[in-house]
Amino acid sequence: MRNDITRRDALALGLSAATFAATGAAAQTSSIKAADVAAPKREIEKGASLRMLRPVRFVQADEDVFRANAAKFTKDTGVEVKVDFVGWEDINQQTAVTANSGAGPDIIIGFSDAPHIYIDKLIELTDVADYVGKRYGGWLPLAQRYGKKNKSDAWIGLPFGATAGPLIYRKSILQSVGFDRVPEDHAGIVDLCQKLQKAGKPAGFALGNAKGDGNGFANWALWSHNAALLDEEGNVVINSKETIAALNWVKQLYPTFIPGTTSWNDVSNNRAYAAQEIALTANGVSLYFSLKNDPATRAIAEDTEHQLLPKGLAKVSPMAGLTLNAMVFKHSQYPNAAKAFLQYMLEKDQYEPWLNANSGYWAQPLGAYAEAAVWSQDPKVKLFKDTMNSTYYDGYAGPISTATGAVSADYVLIQMCASVATGAATPEAAAAEAEQRCKRYFRRQR
Amino acid sequence: MLRRFAPCDDGVVTFTDRTINQMSVTTLPPLALAHRQQSWLVRLFDYKPFLIVMCLAPAIGLLAVFLTYPLGLGLWLAFTDTTIGRKGVYVGLENFQYLLTDSLWWNAVFYSVVYTGIATFGKFALGFWLALLLNNHFPFKSLLRAIILLPWIVPTVLSALAFWWIYDPQFSIISYLLVDVLHWRTSNVDFLGSPWPARFSLIAANIWRGIPFVAISLLAGLQTISPSLYEAAMLDGASAWQRFRYITFPMMMPILAIVMTFSIIFTFTDFQLVYAITRGGPGNSTHLLATLAFQRGIAGGELGEGAAIAVSMIPFLVFATLFSYFGLARRKWQQGESND
Repeated sequence: MRNDITRRDALALGLSAATFAATGAAAQTSSIKAADVAAPKREIEKGASLRMLRPVRFVQADEDVFRANAAKFTKDTGVEVKVDFVGWEDINQQTAVTANSGAGPDIIIGFSDAPHIYIDKLIELTDVADYVGKRYGGWLPLAQRYGKKNKSDAWIGLPFGATAGPLIYRKSILQSVGFDRVPEDHAGIVDLCQKLQKAGKPAGFALGNAKGDGNGFANWALWSHNAALLDEEGNVVINSKETIAALNWVKQLYPTFIPGTTSWNDVSNNRAYAAQEIALTANGVSLYFSLKNDPATRAIAEDTEHQLLPKGLAKVSPMAGLTLNAMVFKHSQYPNAAKAFLQYMLEKDQYEPWLNANSGYWAQPLGAYAEAAVWSQDPKVKLFKDTMNSTYYDGYAGPISTATGAVSADYVLIQMCASVATGAATPEAAAAEAEQRCKRYFRRQR
Repeated sequence: MLRRFAPCDDGVVTFTDRTINQMSVTTLPPLALAHRQQSWLVRLFDYKPFLIVMCLAPAIGLLAVFLTYPLGLGLWLAFTDTTIGRKGVYVGLENFQYLLTDSLWWNAVFYSVVYTGIATFGKFALGFWLALLLNNHFPFKSLLRAIILLPWIVPTVLSALAFWWIYDPQFSIISYLLVDVLHWRTSNVDFLGSPWPARFSLIAANIWRGIPFVAISLLAGLQTISPSLYEAAMLDGASAWQRFRYITFPMMMPILAIVMTFSIIFTFTDFQLVYAITRGGPGNSTHLLATLAFQRGIAGGELGEGAAIAVSMIPFLVFATLFSYFGLARRKWQQGESND
């Protein structure tokens, strides 16, 4: 899976970032503006102690700084915090067990939709969210979407960061076929891909059962044609003329891809790009870092550019980020301590060094942190700072629920695209089948 | 000791007498005491019904906790609409009714049967052949027999990863040989990109992995056949084919039946190869019932539906087991009667 590779690739980076975090962060003068807002009054329970889970790091410095911040909190408040790092594949199951058994960690930082699934088992975090929102330039759109209850201003999750998969391409190869960057319109993209194929360095996007990259491509194809899985009320509207248009575009685009993309998983495009078999794909920042940190592929990294997914007919780049989303469980004996801890971690003295330590893997949920030093280190990583400015998310444009996660985990939309691309189904038939599968998943959501 | 040594000669008798005198002083009273103290325990352990309960309890406990309970829970879940993170309610046959209308489930049934059928045939044809070869005398026999087992010993996920590389659309070793070394093709082989090539690629991987199990089991069977049967047949002038057809094959029937039953069960419920190599793709064309159950139940979160898919495997497995058991094993001649 993409996650494994990225973590492994990131180890090398970890060293340099760790030294940076240890030495640089403290000395650095912060450029983050914090508004003067009164912190919410709350009394931390006597003898409180906290347990929390969060996903494992991309880079070592992430874990180091996070632990250092937690230790600092313990020193300031006397509240012991035990942080456990859990594998990405396991965090959903552990959250489910915690929620259902009403025992276990007080806080879990899960992924995007988790607080919406376990909404009944969580306490509201509105006071914390309002305070840090006002203090640090407001919550960005994606953070608001994942943090707030649907159609409400009550916060059930506190986003800590997001990571997305924009386009990544070989600048010299694009220039050799007459393009400076990837066009923003669909016809232009097809034109570019045809020329790349003729030049022998085609594009390649995952159309196999790849949770991250495959869904990223399928969502991009749909959203850039203004098609969506759900309407705002949560009705399944995947079988639409916009979807048909998107599928016809995929059908046009697919012959220009490198052969075999229908069996690609999350690492396949990384390998093909690193082996210089393809000139254009979409991926998280991990691919760039792994190229840059390996002397054998540094030249490829230098010739590499990122670009937000082209808009097509959409108003903003239709790109959803995987979001770290913190939640506090009702069964916690120390809810005030838990809130205080999360609020503490989002304050700039803690959050800024942590954001910088992550080298761009995670992008901030709060507007003011866009000024953090991490975004001026490497110009090729800079565009990731806008990850949470997106208004698109998994399950757009409906309410977030268990079923939205299930649809992407079951590859419904990717398989719809792939079956049209390979000619196994007509766009109409593929959209109808996807609609049937989605309706099954959403049958209990309304 | 006394009884055994006493009649031998005088010297020994004196020695044993002394020993016994010592024993009577030092060890007999505690022994007798222990005997009296443990007597109720000893009697308890001599009590047959108690012993039966004691000896069976661990086995029954393990079976109940690790087999009956999960199986029962799986059956129960199949009749509910449980999802991950939410307790379900009883919905009767709703899950099964949906599956009957679900083309992906039918597709998985179809491929499970095809996969099991072709892979079992391949494994038995090649495995039996290999067993016959290994049954001959040749140098380094034991070493070769051990090497044959390797594909079976390697953890499935590792061999699946190896096949995943072999079938990779860009970096396949087979494509490399055909395109860059031998120049027989101009483009890479697309093993996993379209349904039928992907299905047969998985079947080939499964056959490769299954041959050692069949070969070694059948080899064990071959070695139980008495050489005198072959000698008698040769004296009667039987050809090699006749010896195989009328001696080897019938004598192998019981073990063939058992090995085939196991092989069918293993193949039909296979999960790792498919999940590691294709995840059911392209599209859903290579889903087996086991991978589809996992995909729906765990990844998709619909535990009830996933359990229903798993339960839907049971009739197929029962049928396959009964078929090989009654069809192959229960020959009358094995029970001492003539074959009709």
